[in-house]
Amino acid sequence: MNTENLNENDSATDEIEQSAQYLTFMLGGEVFAINILNIREILEYTALTEVPMTPDFIAGVLNLRGSVVPVINLALRFEKADTPITKRTSIVIVEISHDEQKLDIGVIVDIVNEVIEIDEVEPAPTFGATIRTDFIEGMGKTDGGFTIILDLNHVLSVDELSVLKATAAQ
Amino acid sequence: MTMDPGLQAFSEESCEMLEEIENILLKLEDDPDDSSLINELFRSVHTIKGAAGLFGFDNVVSFTHVTESVMMKVRDGELAVTSDLLNLLLSCRDHIMVLVDIALLDNAALDAETRQTDGQLSEKLNVFLGGDLKLMETETAKEVADVPESDASSGNMQNSNWHISLRFKENVLCDGMDPLSFIRYLSTIGDIESLTTLYESLPPPAQMNPESCYLGFEISLRSEAKKEEIEEVFEFVQEDCVIHILPPHSHVDQFIQLIEELPEENLKLGEILKLSGALTERELQEALTEQASGEVEQPLIGDVVTAQHVVETEVVNAAVEKQKQVKASKARESQLIRVNAEKLETLINLIGELVISGAHTSLLAKKSKDLKLLESIGQMSQQVEEIRNAALGLRMVQIGETFNKFRRVVRELSKDLGKEINLVIEGADTELDKSVVDKIGDPLMHLVRNSIDHGIEASEQRTAKNKPVVGELKLSARHESGSIVIEISDDGNGLNKEKILTKALEKGLIADNQSLTEAEIHNLIFKPGFSTAATVSNISGRGVGMDVVRTNIESLRGQVEVHSVAGSGSVFSIRLPLTLAIIDGFLVRVGHQSFIIPLDLIEECISSQDITQSLYKDGNTIELRGKVIPVIRLADIYGIQVESNEKPNNLNDNIVITHYGSKLVGLIVDELLGEYQTVIKPLGKIFQNLRGISGATILGSGEVGLIIEVPTLANYVQELQQNSFMANSEQQVNSSSLLH
Repeated sequence: MNTENLNENDSATDEIEQSAQYLTFMLGGEVFAINILNIREILEYTALTEVPMTPDFIAGVLNLRGSVVPVINLALRFEKADTPITKRTSIVIVEISHDEQKLDIGVIVDIVNEVIEIDEVEPAPTFGATIRTDFIEGMGKTDGGFTIILDLNHVLSVDELSVLKATAAQ
Repeated sequence: MTMDPGLQAFSEESCEMLEEIENILLKLEDDPDDSSLINELFRSVHTIKGAAGLFGFDNVVSFTHVTESVMMKVRDGELAVTSDLLNLLLSCRDHIMVLVDIALLDNAALDAETRQTDGQLSEKLNVFLGGDLKLMETETAKEVADVPESDASSGNMQNSNWHISLRFKENVLCDGMDPLSFIRYLSTIGDIESLTTLYESLPPPAQMNPESCYLGFEISLRSEAKKEEIEEVFEFVQEDCVIHILPPHSHVDQFIQLIEELPEENLKLGEILKLSGALTERELQEALTEQASGEVEQPLIGDVVTAQHVVETEVVNAAVEKQKQVKASKARESQLIRVNAEKLETLINLIGELVISGAHTSLLAKKSKDLKLLESIGQMSQQVEEIRNAALGLRMVQIGETFNKFRRVVRELSKDLGKEINLVIEGADTELDKSVVDKIGDPLMHLVRNSIDHGIEASEQRTAKNKPVVGELKLSARHESGSIVIEISDDGNGLNKEKILTKALEKGLIADNQSLTEAEIHNLIFKPGFSTAATVSNISGRGVGMDVVRTNIESLRGQVEVHSVAGSGSVFSIRLPLTLAIIDGFLVRVGHQSFIIPLDLIEECISSQDITQSLYKDGNTIELRGKVIPVIRLADIYGIQVESNEKPNNLNDNIVITHYGSKLVGLIVDELLGEYQTVIKPLGKIFQNLRGISGATILGSGEVGLIIEVPTLANYVQELQQNSFMANSEQQVNSSSLLH
């Protein structure tokens, strides 16, 4: 996928409400979408280096061309059952900002679907969603109904991710 | 924010100069008569003024000007260097720094507070200047292009008018210029007090060309205008005339010069000048006599240029100043090159990558078992290591500069507290990584303040104790086995063991019955929430200090310890790694994961086979040559699954004995993989709370390896065990029968 081309649409995204491009992917049989502007690249799943004393949803770290990038197991982060690693399992590298600094984080997804345009975004339902509502930026209207658009700043909140596992050592 | 490169240079230069000024002032305190220091001081202030003038930072210029005037008096020996004066000059230096900062912010206007300081300091400076301030201004007027106003003084003329000598060339009329219009225009910027027309060069009427101009004028102009403005009047006619402009109160020599240069007969000219009021009769006589006896001093080149041609005085001064500066800084520049820190960063990162690929290549070479390849790789690895060391050397700076900043701190604090303290600096030329130097300032500051506030006693107390009245605070730095050791020592009171114990008990930092060695008690002061100062002063004793010091130093992968002898002083020693970028590591395997232990922390590696006998039942300590050493099983603490054939207490265990501070701890690992040049990669925000792991690195295989941070790991394990002991003892009370 060519993110560079997509990033050229920067100016167009000032009106996110009107039309923006999203990457959709499958996780535990559900479809989720991430705004394409947050995505740096998509990698095939590779073995990760586990970091001790971290919560289960931190899958480990990855060597991304010489820099060390943390990878999040999204299924566990959503408090769902872990999904098995298959041939189609991918790591999506996204960029979030924290304290005015850019931070690269990888997320593990089951299958990367496609890039779609979403014109209409409805607000997130106050309850009844399958994941924490603050993780939802909105519900994107697509041909097949609604797709959950993830709010990466909450899903990958540094404050929450950096909490140590309480029972690290017995 | 990007800054105009000119401004950037100004900002850097003034910073440097201000730092130098501070250093000089502090040195002057010890050696008030050192004239070379005073000259240097003057030059530094002057450079700031000159540079600020170029950018039109008037606030900076006017204040530095007054400061400079005082320094000039000092240089000329009219003012003695007293401690009052030095205090004032130090405050002035701080104020200049504020002014420069404000100026750099888009040359913003001064806020009320700054303006007030400005006024107060100027006033104080004026006291030192006495009535001579105005004179000073005159002398420097040329540089600042101010309108001069001054009392007469010897050698300078009493006349307060500009004197302009105009000699039009013959072809001025042919070129379409009307000499009269210039004079008319001149009267718009000032009052022409007198004008004498010179017609000596008029040829006999028969030979006269009606289209030629033969006239010259001597004009006396009263004007507030600057020299450039007057020059501008004649800008268009520059080619067609000879102009001499003498500023008000020019030295008599300049008039003599003028008289000599003009084509007219000297005496005649003198008369004219007298007529125009430029010279008094006495002055004229003086000038002519002097001239006749041929004793006119050789004027300075700058003066000649000014007098002969219409060159902006400012330009000349700038050039002269520039020359001086170039000479002064040439010696330094030939040894130093300014390099953008970013470029250096890139280079070091690239070399880091090179080290990684090198490691990868040698891994592959080892697999291939090709002897020639191995030999060549071996050679290459050695060179890579040399390059790495050289590149890291580029970032090394001497710690002296950091130490010198404390001269001021010590001086002022000791004054505030009424203590006499002498600061001794040792090993100022010890080098360490720039990034470490940048971060060590705060912890050092805290320790220094602490020593002054709590360590060294007041003079009376010292006399009572038969100690020298002047306390000594020593900052020293030295290299020691791959790290740098910085010590802050004082000959003060030392730590009070009882006070610390009481306090620690009170704060619940230790248990009631805990038996501690002296060193352990002393190091309690680094625990969070510990402060013994009875009163919270603004210097130290906010109760967070020592804890913060420790955390800061540990974040630099360093350690801090205190040794103290009651009554005779304490020594705080900080041990820091030389660099933060690359370390020599030791690669070990635990389960399927690789970890790196900093090599300089490793004492020795032993196989558990050798020590099984001495392994205590619980597996938490071993006995090594008569010493009991705690051990940490990394697989347990890190929750790593160990393959089934590698059971705990397996005979294949290896123990890496490491030291942190002066303590030893053993780490139980599965396999020792050997030395590894480790390029440290930060783990980032998400892992900021991790304890026992300081960073990551990319291994030769491309995998990520984690770097073990021994001191925090050991502390973490210690806390865990303490907690579980407490939990256990509670359990024991509840269900002691179940345990047996």
